[in-house]
Amino acid sequence: MAKHHVAATVNGDEVEFLCETEDTLLDVLRDTLHLTGSKEGCSSGDCGACSVTLDGRLVCSCLVLGCEVGGRRVETIEGMASGDTLHPLQQKFLEHAALQCGICTPGFLVASRALLERQTHPTETEVRYWLAGNLCRCTGYDKIIKAVMDAAVEMRRS
Amino acid sequence: MAPTLTTDSEVGQTFVGTRTVRPDGADKVTGRARFGADFNLPGQLIGRVLRSPHPHARIISIDTSRAEALAGVKAVVTRDDFPDQSSEFVPAGEMMMNYKDVVRNVLAREKVLYEGHAVAAVAATSVAIAKRALKLIDVKYEVLPHVIDVVEAMRPDAPVLHDDLFTAGVEPKATTPSNIAKRIEIGHGDIEAGFAKADVIVEREFKTQPVHQGYIEPHAALASVSEDGSAEVWCTTQGHFIVRAHCARLLGMDIGQLRVTASEIGGGFGGKTVVYLEPLAVALSKKAKRPVKMVMSREEVFRASGPTSGATVRVKMGATKEGKIVAAFAELKYQAGAFQGSPVQPGVMCAYAPYDIENVKVIGYDVVSNRPKVAAYRAPGAPISEFAVESVVDEIAKKLEIDPVEFRLQNAAREGTKAAYGPKFGPIGLTDTLHAVEKTNHYTTPLDPWQGRGVASGFWFNIGGETCCSLTVNEDGTVSLMAGTPDIGGLRASLAMVAADEMGVPYEKVRPIIGDTGSVGFNFLTGGSRSTFSGTMAVVEAARQIKADLCRRAAKLWEVPVEQVQFENGSVKPIGEAAEKAKPMTVADMAKVAGKTGGPIGGYGRINAQGAGPSFGTHLVDLQVDPETGRVTILRYTVAQDAGKAVHPSYVEGQYQGGAAQGVGWALNEEYIYGPDGKMQNAGFLDYRMPVASDLPMIDAIVVEVPNPRHPYGVRGVGETPIVPPMAAIANAIENATGVRFTELPMSPPKVLKALKERGLNKPANGKGTNGGPAGH
Repeated sequence: MAKHHVAATVNGDEVEFLCETEDTLLDVLRDTLHLTGSKEGCSSGDCGACSVTLDGRLVCSCLVLGCEVGGRRVETIEGMASGDTLHPLQQKFLEHAALQCGICTPGFLVASRALLERQTHPTETEVRYWLAGNLCRCTGYDKIIKAVMDAAVEMRRS
Repeated sequence: MAPTLTTDSEVGQTFVGTRTVRPDGADKVTGRARFGADFNLPGQLIGRVLRSPHPHARIISIDTSRAEALAGVKAVVTRDDFPDQSSEFVPAGEMMMNYKDVVRNVLAREKVLYEGHAVAAVAATSVAIAKRALKLIDVKYEVLPHVIDVVEAMRPDAPVLHDDLFTAGVEPKATTPSNIAKRIEIGHGDIEAGFAKADVIVEREFKTQPVHQGYIEPHAALASVSEDGSAEVWCTTQGHFIVRAHCARLLGMDIGQLRVTASEIGGGFGGKTVVYLEPLAVALSKKAKRPVKMVMSREEVFRASGPTSGATVRVKMGATKEGKIVAAFAELKYQAGAFQGSPVQPGVMCAYAPYDIENVKVIGYDVVSNRPKVAAYRAPGAPISEFAVESVVDEIAKKLEIDPVEFRLQNAAREGTKAAYGPKFGPIGLTDTLHAVEKTNHYTTPLDPWQGRGVASGFWFNIGGETCCSLTVNEDGTVSLMAGTPDIGGLRASLAMVAADEMGVPYEKVRPIIGDTGSVGFNFLTGGSRSTFSGTMAVVEAARQIKADLCRRAAKLWEVPVEQVQFENGSVKPIGEAAEKAKPMTVADMAKVAGKTGGPIGGYGRINAQGAGPSFGTHLVDLQVDPETGRVTILRYTVAQDAGKAVHPSYVEGQYQGGAAQGVGWALNEEYIYGPDGKMQNAGFLDYRMPVASDLPMIDAIVVEVPNPRHPYGVRGVGETPIVPPMAAIANAIENATGVRFTELPMSPPKVLKALKERGLNKPANGKGTNGGPAGH
């Protein structure tokens, strides 16, 4: 069967790609567009390592088909920093040592940004429940939660 | 707390002990860092593995002809592509491996021994074709009876996995094969005499289930074999030198022909110390003459890569009414999975390590059954035996009406204590960690009904081992540091901090990288809590070579005797009579004149690090039991552990917090669930329930520092110990909340609810809460 031709916006850039019907958005991002910052940890929507936003909504890109994103806006970890400036969440993750191995980090950052865009004053409980779809096996979440809370403070200030 | 260590006076310590931003940080928060599955090569094929649907079966035949005929299939490998290996333990890196087992775990030969056991692998031009090809491989099996449970596997009538496996360590020698690979025994004193002196004796049997390391990054490898027989491999591993050793042995290659590059590693916890995909990718690439990339699915990770052992453990301890433990016995039966080699040996050695006991005996059995071969998991073996021991310790303290921390303090191992596993301890921090938790307000905060508080201690040996690193002073005075142990959680930061302090250059001017196997000498893997301990020692060695060399160069330049030149705070400096003759020169100044003073400046640390100091920890947990659902919620958690010297305190705390969180999962939810068909029923993150952010509170980390006298900065490894105490701390807390002593892991809601119902306790009105703290509660 012929591949689908899809045109979408990824991190602000207009892109076109061809994909098979069964290719997930994650497959397209990683294998076709070479944006390997989104990670595949489970391909069943349980680990959140592939988190991206689709028209501003947080999704697991392993649960979205590539051919579903035509005309839509995809934001990945690669689009999070602007120029030389890291996003406050990225900066706070570094300052708080909120990553050990770093494999889950892109997913946590994308998911945390989606939270802070909706809720500028999240409580610790809100952060913990919002991020409950992202697995981290290294940190015990402590420093991740602190980094997100601290980034929220920083973002409110600016 | 012990005094801080004074170091070499020439060292201007400015970065060690601070919270720097890790050198690899920016790449890891922007998605730029390349992990195992992020490597690709032009023309690469996709490799996939055919796995056994049976837990135990004889392979009658494997016919790959239909798969090979499929358009797009470029190579198929089976057992026939790997030469057989003899059954003997040979060195691989620093480990002793039985390659007869290794080759059979990589691809099944005579039999498949667990569901998910690899049988064949294909390389094709697309994933879809590779998957279709797997369906075209015709394997004829003769299904055999299987055995999953460790106690059942030890029965004389159990299905035997290996006809040539005779129990080692028994007299008289075993004459019939069995699933018991080994019996070991350690101890000292006379336990019968010890028990005769005891006023209180507690004996209990415990059961734990296998749990997976649960790294978020699945195994991945990319191999490219050249026409001249040389090969390159990029893979996610804790030890690329070990991958090289295994691949060379399994494929009959010279070690020098193989170059292995470790990608960034997305978690390992011991599970990435062995090979699964790497030899297959090399074999497929060799056959196809194209690069081959292989990545496991999460399901494959669960079914075919190492969990740690499940076990049955019997513990018997006796103490006097004054609170002195006088005798301790334990019998451990550990599942090894399909091939021998469970971590029962360290389990045996660690069981009573936190205590000073006159009479100890520990027996261990290494038992095979139809499960995936276990791999190391954080303090391998120790969490299981120490869970059992720390549960009994708590029970004895309660019977004697002694505060559980006080009871541990009365019996704690100290400097000079003869450990149950043999040696005498040097300076250790167990009592410091006990005092540290005792002093927290966590320990004395009152609790409500159905809440409980628990405490437990833990121990891990820590190791050193072969380590190499190079340190190069660049033309502009910046420093390049190349290490050879994968950075799994901040290693580069620690190495760069030590290099900066040793060389007297700013931290930011040191750029650490992890070199491939062709770029730096042999390094044992990242494991055993060794990489910061050993790596910083190698850095110190390399830096000292450079400093001595710079002194020689300066002496030549200044035309003064070398004895009159000293390296201090990042500069070579004339002293004594020479003091008037020249001005101090910084490392950067010396770099500028390197060409005139002997050429490039560099040092090379090559060591076999000895003197790893053990790390003890004590955990304190508060939790709440919901009597209507059996769910246990962790309310508060404190970890105190001896780090010797925390090079980077944030990453030390991170190890404590992460280990505690893994322990919470082990205690409350995680387990391999098997059906009567011998197949795993929960091979995914939805059903294999690891802790998520909403399951946990903040985890307070107290870094105790009792310097390790055998490390230049006092460092002890810290990664393993934090997973040892949580299971017992939680079981002890549940006992304090409910009055029920749980002896089986996980203490999941169905089990807790059942136990409460059996005792008529599942109604909130019957609840009782004690804080498990002061005596008498």
